[in-house]
Amino acid sequence: MSVLEKAFTSPVGRKVAAKAGLAEPPRLRRGRTYPSGPIVLAALGDSTLGADTLTLLGRPYEAPVLDSGDDPVPGYGDRIGALVVDATALTRVDQLEQLRAVLRPAVRGLEGAGRIILLGRPGTGDWEQRSVARALDGIDRTVAKELRKGATSNLVRVAEGAGPEQLASTLDFVLQGRSAFVDGQTWQVEPADEVAPHSQRPLDGRVIVVTGAARGIGAAIARTLARDGATIVAVDIPAAGESLAAVANEVAGTALQLDITAPDAGARIAAHVAARAEGIHGIVHNAGITRDKMLANTDAARWASVLEVNLVSQMRINEVLLDPSVDGGLLSGGRIVGVASTSGLAGNKGQTNYAASKAGVAGLVQAMAPDLAARGITVNAVAPGFIETDMTARIPFVQREVFRRSNSLSQGGRPVDVAETIGYLLDPASQGVTGQVVRVCGQNLVGA
Amino acid sequence: MNHDVVVVGGNRTPFAKSGGPLREASNHDLLTSALDGLVARYGLAGTRVGEVAAGAVLKHPRDFNLTREAVLSSALAPETPACDLQQACATGLETTMYIANKIALGQLTHGIAAGTDTASDAPISVSDPLRRILLQASAARSAKARLAAFAKLRPSHLAPLAPRVEEPRTGLSMGEHQALTTERWQVTREEQDEIAVSSHRHLAAAWESGFFDDLVTPYLGLAKDAILRPETSMEALAKLRPVFGGDNGTMTAGNSTALSDGAAAVLLADAAWAKEQGLPALARIVDAEVAAVDHPTGADLLLAPVAATGRILARQGLSIADMDLVEIHEAFASTVAATLKAWQDEDYCTSVGLDGAIGTIDRDHLNVTGSSLATGHPFAATGARLVPTLAKLLHERGPGSRGLISVCAAGGQGLVVLLEAV
Ligand SMILES: NC(=O)c1ccc[n+]([C@@H]2O[C@H](COP(=O)([O-])OP(=O)(O)OC[C@H]3O[C@@H](n4cnc5c(N)ncnc54)[C@H](O)[C@@H]3O)[C@@H](O)[C@H]2O)c1
Repeated sequence: MSVLEKAFTSPVGRKVAAKAGLAEPPRLRRGRTYPSGPIVLAALGDSTLGADTLTLLGRPYEAPVLDSGDDPVPGYGDRIGALVVDATALTRVDQLEQLRAVLRPAVRGLEGAGRIILLGRPGTGDWEQRSVARALDGIDRTVAKELRKGATSNLVRVAEGAGPEQLASTLDFVLQGRSAFVDGQTWQVEPADEVAPHSQRPLDGRVIVVTGAARGIGAAIARTLARDGATIVAVDIPAAGESLAAVANEVAGTALQLDITAPDAGARIAAHVAARAEGIHGIVHNAGITRDKMLANTDAARWASVLEVNLVSQMRINEVLLDPSVDGGLLSGGRIVGVASTSGLAGNKGQTNYAASKAGVAGLVQAMAPDLAARGITVNAVAPGFIETDMTARIPFVQREVFRRSNSLSQGGRPVDVAETIGYLLDPASQGVTGQVVRVCGQNLVGA
Repeated sequence: MNHDVVVVGGNRTPFAKSGGPLREASNHDLLTSALDGLVARYGLAGTRVGEVAAGAVLKHPRDFNLTREAVLSSALAPETPACDLQQACATGLETTMYIANKIALGQLTHGIAAGTDTASDAPISVSDPLRRILLQASAARSAKARLAAFAKLRPSHLAPLAPRVEEPRTGLSMGEHQALTTERWQVTREEQDEIAVSSHRHLAAAWESGFFDDLVTPYLGLAKDAILRPETSMEALAKLRPVFGGDNGTMTAGNSTALSDGAAAVLLADAAWAKEQGLPALARIVDAEVAAVDHPTGADLLLAPVAATGRILARQGLSIADMDLVEIHEAFASTVAATLKAWQDEDYCTSVGLDGAIGTIDRDHLNVTGSSLATGHPFAATGARLVPTLAKLLHERGPGSRGLISVCAAGGQGLVVLLEAV
């Protein structure tokens, strides 16, 4: 810790910081927990999707308070835990007033770490309908910025034909503490066959490979997925073997010491699994490196090493694991999750190589998803923002403090936040979620 | 044997020169680390393993239950029983056979054999006079009597006694014994240095190719064997002064094993059980034979494995030419050279009770990933290093490939084990 950092984190320093507007960041709700106040459901128009999905999840809900349009604003009395707005039937701009009318009392009455969840449709139909779909996105992002005390807002687009079975895992994830650091985001749920029933231990008996599992976000992924029942194959470079073994033993999984850039990495993962299990249910490509330099100083080696670890190696591994003739490969109905980065999506000074690799991951999952749909394999990515790990602890203190506060939740995320989002994407009940890039960034000011 | 016993795999710490990067680790720490790496590789965390057998040659009295204590510190279920065994440098091979034999008899479905040693944390004892004075002082009933006891103390009494490394019956150290053998079998300096160079080259190549990725787990920040010198050469070795055999001796620090720290473990299982559990199997443990020579009356201290090799091959109806790979523990380079000469020597072989010479093997099939000269030799760990190494090598060559491990040990003893790839 630097002198500055020590001073800043001391009791006196905290007071000074509070006066300067740098208050203690709000406490986020984490884990498989629901809001403590009631869930309010506002169905706009005649859609029953939201109601049916909450019923499927076994979550009771209450009717909304409607704003008349004037002051004073009617209140909720006790604070509410979440507002779910089923706006899937909205097609006209004037209908957006209905949204305002349910949102206004709710944002005033929402508890700390509460949830606003908008359900909309993908942009289809006539001009106005598509404009409305996009308007929801603008509303979501703005509400997310206005909410305080760790509350979040997210928009889920539910494609025509996707019902409560397809939506359940997503709605549950967003309501629960698992989505703590996912804020101001929009992603989509599609129709899908053979959706597994919703469960609080969804990965039971499933074999999940996690690369870069020796520390940081990867170790948190291993722990979180193991909590949800997964059998973990923890992969990291041989030199990280000691901590890799500790993680593997902690989650009662297996350790595979392997540099993912090895030409036979895919074959070695498959061989490791082949003897022990039928095949792989999911792989999380989490291993990643940075070799930051301004482009003016970036040589070929710096360029290549980052692309090789962060993008090329996972393409090579996927190719092997997706070959149905390979024993120990990815099973049908399997899951692939990539780890992108907000700085990849938005661009970040000194990180051309990293941005290329991470935006490349986002492009890759979007490209693979439709091609693998027939085999029931979903392909998604998470894009973490500022997450407190060894990687970010190396950033100088002042810069780090700026980064960690430059999002709507005024704090850095924790590795577990990324892990929970990955767990949601790996859930067999998330069959309708594919080709998505979900940012786990607390609505970072940078990023698409 | 009733049940087929297979080597599932192994794990060890990197090995290092004593006083080096692992010097802070005790035998308990080293053994726990080797076990935890094995547990992680094969997903055994929280499970009850049939039995763990391990040992150390240099052992503190406080470690009277070393293996059981290490099991309790490890990620294994605390209900995993354990015992300590010791057979000098063959300990890790003897623990392998102890577990293998129990599996063969159906007493265990699976077990772990291991060994550990640290010469950095060797038990140091006090001199006899100091021990007597301390006993008197603690028995003394008055301060005066206690002072009287301490008054007898002389500075020389305070010199610690390092563990004795010589053979009790001959007063010769192992190196001095081997020097006699070197001379008797006319092993040249060049032969020894060549063996040393090839040990380092082979080990370096194996590391380079990733061979140890699933055999070694880093420990205390050390990721690779620390004794290894990939760049060593005949010229560099030729410069070293002899350390055994007098001024004209041929044995140097370069062609003798260094005092080392490290631990190794091997997972053994009933073949059918391993399959049921979805565990891999590298090689079957076919047979083992132990032998001893009468070194107090002049026999070569470290050539006992020769008789064991002849007897095991005869029992199995095999010849040395049937071996695809051979591991001869490099206690000293000259031990390997003398062993190979003895194998071909009709007179020597018949003198130890064999029907005739054992024969010879292609040097390309010997110690192909290096041996103790380059890797190091934490005494009790070496056998548990060799078993998974050879099992993996044989497995890579394909089912039915055969290999032999020959390890010499203090007290004029030797243990030989036969493996066959599955
Ligand atoms: N920490 C953040 O704020 C942040 C933000 C956005 C994205 N990410 C991404 O999340 C992932 C994890 O990040 P982290 O902060 O935990 O990093 P970290 O450096 O703490 O951990 C990365 C792990 O990957 C392993 N690894 C690196 N190269 C490897 C290879 N060739 N083969 C196998 N393993 C290899 C490392 O040994 C290490 O254990 C990375 O992909 C990173 O780019 C992190």
